[in-house]
Amino acid sequence: MTASTAPQDAVRRRSAARRLLRDPQAVITASVLLLIVVLGLLAPVLTSHDPNHASLDHIDAGAGTDGYPLGGDRSGRDIWARLLHSINTSTVSALIGASIALVIGVSAGLVGGYHDRLRSLTEWVFSLVMTFPGLLLLIVLMPLTGGDFRTTMAIFGVLLSPGVYRITRNQVLGVKNELFVDAARVSGLSDRRILVRHVLPAVRGPVIIATAFLCGSSIGVQSGLAFLGVGPATTPSFGAMISEGFHNLYLSPLQFVWPSLVLGALTSCLVLFGNALRDALEGSRRRPAGIPAPKAPAATGAAPAGLLAVEDLTIAYPTPSGELKEVVSGVSLVLEPGETLGLVGESGSGKTQTAFAVLGVLPSEAVVVRGSIRLDGRELLGLKESELRGLRGRAIAYVPQEPMSNLDPSFTVGAQLVEGVRAASGASRGEARRRVLALLERVGIPDPERAFRSRPHEISGGMAQRVLIAGAVACRPALLIADEPTTALDVTVQAEILDLLRDLREEMDMAVLLVTHDFGVVADVCDRVAVMRTGEIVETGTAEKIFGGAEHDYTRMLLDSILDENTVRGDAPVAADEPLGRTTTW
Amino acid sequence: MLLYVLRRLGTGLVLAVLVTLITFLLLAPSFDGIAGNRLGPAATPEAVRALKAELGFDRPLPVQYLDWLVHAARGDLGTSLFTGEPVAHTILQRFGVTMSIVVVALLVTVVISVALGVLAASRGGAVDRVAQGASLAGNLFPSLLLAIVLVYVLSVRGDLLPATGFTPLSADPLRWAGSITIPVIALVATGIAGLTAQVRGTMVDELRKDYVRTLRTRGLSARSVVLRHALRNAAGPALTVLSFEFISMLGGALVIESIFAIAGFGGYAFESSLQGDVPAIMGITLFAVLLVVTVNLAVDLVNGWLNPKARIF
Repeated sequence: MTASTAPQDAVRRRSAARRLLRDPQAVITASVLLLIVVLGLLAPVLTSHDPNHASLDHIDAGAGTDGYPLGGDRSGRDIWARLLHSINTSTVSALIGASIALVIGVSAGLVGGYHDRLRSLTEWVFSLVMTFPGLLLLIVLMPLTGGDFRTTMAIFGVLLSPGVYRITRNQVLGVKNELFVDAARVSGLSDRRILVRHVLPAVRGPVIIATAFLCGSSIGVQSGLAFLGVGPATTPSFGAMISEGFHNLYLSPLQFVWPSLVLGALTSCLVLFGNALRDALEGSRRRPAGIPAPKAPAATGAAPAGLLAVEDLTIAYPTPSGELKEVVSGVSLVLEPGETLGLVGESGSGKTQTAFAVLGVLPSEAVVVRGSIRLDGRELLGLKESELRGLRGRAIAYVPQEPMSNLDPSFTVGAQLVEGVRAASGASRGEARRRVLALLERVGIPDPERAFRSRPHEISGGMAQRVLIAGAVACRPALLIADEPTTALDVTVQAEILDLLRDLREEMDMAVLLVTHDFGVVADVCDRVAVMRTGEIVETGTAEKIFGGAEHDYTRMLLDSILDENTVRGDAPVAADEPLGRTTTW
Repeated sequence: MLLYVLRRLGTGLVLAVLVTLITFLLLAPSFDGIAGNRLGPAATPEAVRALKAELGFDRPLPVQYLDWLVHAARGDLGTSLFTGEPVAHTILQRFGVTMSIVVVALLVTVVISVALGVLAASRGGAVDRVAQGASLAGNLFPSLLLAIVLVYVLSVRGDLLPATGFTPLSADPLRWAGSITIPVIALVATGIAGLTAQVRGTMVDELRKDYVRTLRTRGLSARSVVLRHALRNAAGPALTVLSFEFISMLGGALVIESIFAIAGFGGYAFESSLQGDVPAIMGITLFAVLLVVTVNLAVDLVNGWLNPKARIF
């Protein structure tokens, strides 16, 4: 979500370790795992019997028989000794399988993710490995491996490596383009150093999590193969013990229970520990425990007039430490019917969050701390999703900023517009289709029939924005919220889209809330202006008043910055007057 | 499109030749032992040599492989060294048995995983935890143990379902359903976790995308936004995971087949490998590779249909 830097990462890891220690699931499963492994390591101390020593006196001996704490199996071998030695077999299997998968997967993932040219090769190799039916291959290769579990697990590690490769490759691709890696590259670090110092730390988290699961599946497969009877009978293994117990199930079910218990505990603790690890490392992105219901606005005077009345709106997001951070603080706005209000501010000033709150489409993590949003006198905050749905499209509509990402890539343009029209107005399919085609023509699309049948990737950005405007005004909303509707477009298209919005506003008598950072756009279409900065409104007024003489420093600064742009453009050649020799070193 | 399919099938064939060649070379050192195995420990060296000549093991390796390849290209995979039955016939027959279990298991996995994954992603909070926990529970226990415990509870104690054996669907649908119930449960339990995690993950990503918000602002119902739009866009990666799951289920079915004494495909591979039945091993390898190639191609075609932008043909 945010660009992370290496030092921040270290802090996050430290706190992750602390979180892990506080998580009972992690502590309990880790202790059980440790206990099992230590029991296996202490096998020579804890039992004097060889796991393969068969004593005729102890065939199916009951638990507690002299020196046989868990009794003997059907060949008269000590179940306790076999159990302890089976733990070691499992531990070794997990270590071999996981480490081979990690070494191959991580190194190939780093290389393939970082070097675009090598990626097609690594992709091909790993998709090839992935296509092998694993267990079958292990069995087909048995004449070669002789069934030795160490060789088998080494091959299994290779079969597991594509999963690790994919995780690593995805992480590297994600990290590669982040700023700090760019900076490292520019400052002349070698590729190898960048990989080790900057990319590897970002990859570490997901790979650590995957390790728990790699160990689990190695142990599972080793047991499965031993259950089938693959490999020498002298290797003590849970699988072999379970197989024998299974055959003796009627005679003495306990022989089946012991290995199953330990194997079950081992694998489930690994999976549960892996999950606890994931929660700790990735941070729980859950919302805070109790979502406070929005409080009434601080100052409740007479119900304000106007089509849209936002009062004392405060929106916050939970931080990783669980506290709430306000992104919009006490915003109040009034919009009269048919009026156009420009909501202006730099990115991050909270203007889009305000717009989303009015539409009722804030992300689920967002918390509306207090305030009121009234449309035609009706309170919107606290309405159920189904009640809001009745308003959307008809009373409030939305034109987004980025045209391409706001169309569903899998549906034709026509299909998604028709669905919207039908949802908002209940029109029949044919009626909705006619209306959409008329709208597409109205918003200036040259061949509406063709656009109707096109998929989003087949039309241009400007056309996509016209489609989205058509979708927004399809049911003649009273209020149109346009979030930077021209920012993502070419300069030539920008003016046309603004003209279109202005014409549609007149035609349909809509009120428009125009979110923008561009005072040029504001000058073009807005009646009134509200200037936002770090979540608060610093100045409101008519467009003439703001342009004529802004009162607030911040507004003046924003206005000046437009002028600055022009100055820079006009004065560009000045830079050439700089003495040349200063930055070069000859 | 046709060209793309042909090209993919072409690379698939090259892959098949490559993999069978590797398998053949790996098996080659054990040819002596195999001949000995068949004759028993009392065989004289002369007898072993005679049998090797009879089986064609004494010819140079390239000749042997090419001979096999030419016959395989004509659909003749030879006869088993031990049962004398034609390999191709046995593979198809055994594969049918396995598929009648795996296909049902796959369908059940898809239904449960999609339901859990979508619920977890769209509801979040407690539902998310419950759904993730439920899918995890299946993964906690090795399917081997789960199957045995189920046999013990349902068949041995409860006498509700047959403990072993397989009734073909064509013979008696009801008894077929009974005979595959526990195997299917065991396979599904291990498959659900992976697919649910995938569906949940991509659905969480999709639901955060801009188009979802825009569709909501047009008054679409949550059900349509989640199930019609987001799920369709999330289906591609889930389908890929499903194809991996299919392949691993073919392997997983082996253990299950062994527990339930079902004569399936995995069991055939297992027996053939134990005996060193070279023609059978080669035939099984070829069949498995071609199967995987076909499944992957089918998945890519469906993905292209689902998401025209990502179409690679």
